[in-house]
Amino acid sequence: MAQKMAITLDVNGTEHEIRVEPRKTLSDALRGDCGLTGTNVGCEHGVCGACTVLLDGVPVRSCLMFAVQAQGKALRTVEGLSTGGKLHALQQAFTDNHALQCGFCTSGFLMLAAGTLEQQPDIDDESLREVLSSNLCRCTGYQNILRAVRQVRDAGKEGAR
Amino acid sequence: MKAGSFEWHPARSADEAVALLAEYAPQDGRVIAGGQSLVPSMALRLAFPSHLIDINGVEEFARVRVDGNELVIGACVRHAAFHVPVEPGPLGRLMVQVVHDIAHFPIRQRGTFCGSLANADPASEWCLLAATLGARMVAKSVRGTRVIPAADWFQGIMTTALAEDELLAEVRLPLLPEGSRAGFYEFSRRAGDYALAMALVTWRDQGGAMQDVRIGAGAVEVQPRRLAKAEAVLEGRPRGTAAIDDAAAAASAAVDPLEDFHTSADYRRDLVGTAVRRAFAQAGS
Repeated sequence: MAQKMAITLDVNGTEHEIRVEPRKTLSDALRGDCGLTGTNVGCEHGVCGACTVLLDGVPVRSCLMFAVQAQGKALRTVEGLSTGGKLHALQQAFTDNHALQCGFCTSGFLMLAAGTLEQQPDIDDESLREVLSSNLCRCTGYQNILRAVRQVRDAGKEGAR
Repeated sequence: MKAGSFEWHPARSADEAVALLAEYAPQDGRVIAGGQSLVPSMALRLAFPSHLIDINGVEEFARVRVDGNELVIGACVRHAAFHVPVEPGPLGRLMVQVVHDIAHFPIRQRGTFCGSLANADPASEWCLLAATLGARMVAKSVRGTRVIPAADWFQGIMTTALAEDELLAEVRLPLLPEGSRAGFYEFSRRAGDYALAMALVTWRDQGGAMQDVRIGAGAVEVQPRRLAKAEAVLEGRPRGTAAIDDAAAAASAAVDPLEDFHTSADYRRDLVGTAVRRAFAQAGS
């Protein structure tokens, strides 16, 4: 077994000093070592998108990189979306539009949408569909997810704050 | 579904990366760039490297630039870099079209152009582009640097001319001359899934006739390649439906398709013709 390495992860503005083997994925480190279990792990090989987090502002699959590779990067997870007990605009829109059923894919979709709207606040419908096709929802709530994200985009909230 | 144990060696420069590779390649060491194919392979225990040489921190590998009549793409340039044209000519525009068929948006934020070339999946879009345009691959090791033309690079399914101590430092794509036309079409069952067939075509209109016609097919055979017989059908002919139908038929006849449980050789052969027709249609009138 390879030696554990001492690393620091910056997650939602908080530094987490953890010790991990190089083979530990970022998703497992976030859940098991940082205690941030909002990020869900589905397929563990990059297909489902449930583990999507923001890495320096862009959505990535956290099961497709190792935690040691995330040192020095700004990570954001679903725990960082709400502020002061107030839901993020996307979280509110998901609730209002019934964009979740079992909820397993929700944190991944929220981070995918948040990263996308922050970078492309005026993204057109076709591009948005293409981006949201990245993740799987087995309750097949795609139309409501699309509706929720479009609502936030149209409200001009830039998926933000 | 958890990767096996390995030692991690982050490199800070190209020289350090090839030195680490020289040391660890004989001990089952491999390079990791974007990792979007390697990490899932490790999770599924299809790949079990003992050492990973990580080139994500090598600044010089993150660059894409034009050098003479070539676009030079460094080892760690992400797919997402091509969401916008990286050069103002026809190649930059073509790459914007092609990149949208590569996996999904979050995968494109990590996965790299050169990683796709080194992985050499038969269904890789960038491999098709490299084979059709005649890219040159620059392989670096402690022994020196060599340039490998696309014609020699691909050596079967997920197999390339790269030696185990060599790193694909950059890929050089010839720019398409101004006035070139280009089209790309990919068929897959689901958005973002692997292609079942794809075609990439380029040509120039010269006095009402097609010149310098290139027709490449990918995801059909063990590796992407140009279909010389289909190209010859169009060379010097005016562009029209009948001519393109002839080229599509020639393309279908020329390929030796892969078969799998869901996809018969006949189906793929038929699909190649359709892909060629649609690639020309996609290039516009």
